[in-house]
Amino acid sequence: MSSVAQKRSFGATVWDWMTTVDHKKIGILYLLGGLFFFVLGGIEALIIRLQLLKPNNDLVSAGLFNELITMHGTTMIFLAAMPILFGLMNAIMPLQIGARDVAFPFINSLGLWMFIFGGIFLNLSWFFGQVPDAGWTSYTSLAITSEGHGIDFYAIGLQIAGGGTLMAGINFLVTIINMRAPGMTYMRMPLFTWTTFVASALILFAFPPLTIGLFMLTFDRLFGGNFFDHTMGGNTIIWEHIFWIFGHPEVYILILPAFGIFSEVFPIFARKRLFGYASMVFATVLIGFLGFMVWAHHMFTVGLGPTANAIFAVATMAIAVPTGVKIFNWLLTIWGGSIKVTVPMLYALGFIPSFVMGGVTGIMQGAAPLDYQLHDSYFIVAHFHYVIVGGVVLGIFSGMTLWWPKMFGVMLSETLGKWTFWFFFIGFHLTFLIQHWLGFWGMPRRVWTYMDGQGWNSANFISTIGAMLMGIGVIIFLINVIKSHVQKKPVPNDPWGDGRTLEWAIPSPPPFYNFAQTPLVRGLDSVWIEKQEGNESGLTPAEPVQDIHMPNGSIIPFLMTLGIFVAGFGAMYRLETSWGLPVLVLGLFFTFATMSARSLKDDLGFYVKKEQVLKDLKEKGGKI
Amino acid sequence: MADIQIYKKSPVEYELEKRRAKKSMQAQIIMFSLMIFLTLVSFTMVVAFNADILGFSKYFVIPILLLFAAVQVGLQLYYFMHMNEKGHGFAKLFMYTGMLLAFSMLLGYIVITWW
Ligand code: HEM
Ligand SMILES: [Cu+2]
Repeated sequence: MSSVAQKRSFGATVWDWMTTVDHKKIGILYLLGGLFFFVLGGIEALIIRLQLLKPNNDLVSAGLFNELITMHGTTMIFLAAMPILFGLMNAIMPLQIGARDVAFPFINSLGLWMFIFGGIFLNLSWFFGQVPDAGWTSYTSLAITSEGHGIDFYAIGLQIAGGGTLMAGINFLVTIINMRAPGMTYMRMPLFTWTTFVASALILFAFPPLTIGLFMLTFDRLFGGNFFDHTMGGNTIIWEHIFWIFGHPEVYILILPAFGIFSEVFPIFARKRLFGYASMVFATVLIGFLGFMVWAHHMFTVGLGPTANAIFAVATMAIAVPTGVKIFNWLLTIWGGSIKVTVPMLYALGFIPSFVMGGVTGIMQGAAPLDYQLHDSYFIVAHFHYVIVGGVVLGIFSGMTLWWPKMFGVMLSETLGKWTFWFFFIGFHLTFLIQHWLGFWGMPRRVWTYMDGQGWNSANFISTIGAMLMGIGVIIFLINVIKSHVQKKPVPNDPWGDGRTLEWAIPSPPPFYNFAQTPLVRGLDSVWIEKQEGNESGLTPAEPVQDIHMPNGSIIPFLMTLGIFVAGFGAMYRLETSWGLPVLVLGLFFTFATMSARSLKDDLGFYVKKEQVLKDLKEKGGKI
Repeated sequence: MADIQIYKKSPVEYELEKRRAKKSMQAQIIMFSLMIFLTLVSFTMVVAFNADILGFSKYFVIPILLLFAAVQVGLQLYYFMHMNEKGHGFAKLFMYTGMLLAFSMLLGYIVITWW
């Protein structure tokens, strides 16, 4: 992407994106892939809600309903929310710490392709007509007996996507530890970088249990293992433990980056420094740590015994303390600020009450005796949608709107953005608030339909209407994206006018080497400090303009993943077809071949010449 | 096309590096002998137990074996994977956190599922 506008053929462009190792392009691919699955999961959700619109409805069959709820949950968590957050992390975090790329660009691209191929694998199940149907939690009493290849698609697809996630997490950790610009001490890192760091650490510790669990499930189903089959000496509860040892940290992997986004949005648009920075960092780390100690609160009704339940109930409630610290810090950040209510800020303001409600219902469920009443009712559905939609998805929308100009060089329309917000926000509360009462009134979750005369009709009707409003909000968002990209007005470095962190001091979109000169960081909110001291550029360089070392692109990550993808099909059809085993072996062999190709051939990268950097700087009108 | 840069050390740096390498080499050799010694002792214990020579009890041999194993892992990490040197704070932090989490999960399993 040199500054000379070149007209390139379509094929060359596709090849460029397939081989890219640039963190900003990988971020864009994560974001677009995640948005695609977000829309897909949204369509599934709308069908679910339409089925529940009225009693005794038979829009979809009971079997299809199970498939829809399973795929909705799995898609939204693994293929929509996490990849979109990864997209933002990839695109923004290196800019925030003044780096030119992530620590392992090759592995970054490998992680991306594993997510994409894993997602495709999972969703191909629709075309094979054998769809996962044991819930996103895939409890093994159901999952082992589920017929067809549905659960195999789940296990293998998530295995591939999960491997990619693990790589991305490790990559972010190493990047943040090793690639910070001079002066960027840990306690000067922007909060989004901090939450990326802690979320990545959670990935590092939480995904290996998932990997193991999925392998055990795959072995039980395809290779005659008996880990979870109690008639053969296994134990189905083990799966529940493994799943939630992964699953609870997973929900914090989702929410922490959203916390990070809001911690950027509030100071920018309240034009005030983040209140209690150190306590925010501490709370983030503490939430991350405690997140590992509470998994059994999903299993209170399994019969762990009163002692275990009591311990996990207390641990669960302890998490509310650091979360509360954060909420008060955000409130005090807005307090007395000169507030500009832009679209990202609207989402942030909407987030606080919504998320607090989700947190409060969480505490209610954390009280073990009460959870005996609430468990597996619609109350649970209301809780986790309040934290995930009211927290994570609002965070995603806020972050996307905030950083869209930085990632794409295009500002989204504020007017349409506000329409999206109001449709989505009102629709969200309409959909899920009433579900708390549905839970109290006894409606169990994951039911295909319900009988008339139980007092659930109007509540379900309201809920479905709300879901449609959310759908309209998302459609407006997509229109907004298309419209803004057609108009394509160029944007300045800092389109919001009050950017505080390093990404706002470089062009939008940044040149592929990010910083012409590595910046020197002199405090928290580096760019803000420089501007306060009269340095209009917002940057103090830490080095002269010189040659810049950059990594080469590579198609190998794509091919490596392709091999695993093919092997997955082989494993699945190993027993009933003759081609299964050869395909399994061939796929793995292909992956190993590409791995050796990568290991045997040294790729030392290339240099961007000093003259080129100077030329770019001059064209952008920048100073040295 | 500029080539990959090579950083040239000054003679003083070079000397310092050499002295450090020598010291770490010494430590490695000492620890290596210690590890071989521990392995020998372990083997001897098991052989003695199997042949019923000294009348060792199972409840003596197994804990000692586990203890030696733990010591060996520690030596391996600290001396051969250089965790005793500077700049490994994060590796330590993450490894100990991982061990703590793994331990608590295992404890959870043992206490609430298998007991
Ligand atoms: C104050 C913090 C929180 C507490 C105390 C809490 C507590 C709980 C408890 C006890 C349950 C189990 C209820 C049951 O099945 O009987 C639960 C379920 C759930 N929570 Fe939370 N939670 C909190 C925050 C969050 C956050 C931040 C997220 C996600 C971003 C989240 C996502 C979920 C999900 C997805 C489930 C349902 C899982 C399922 O069964 O499918 N929670 N929560
Ligand atoms: Cu949980």
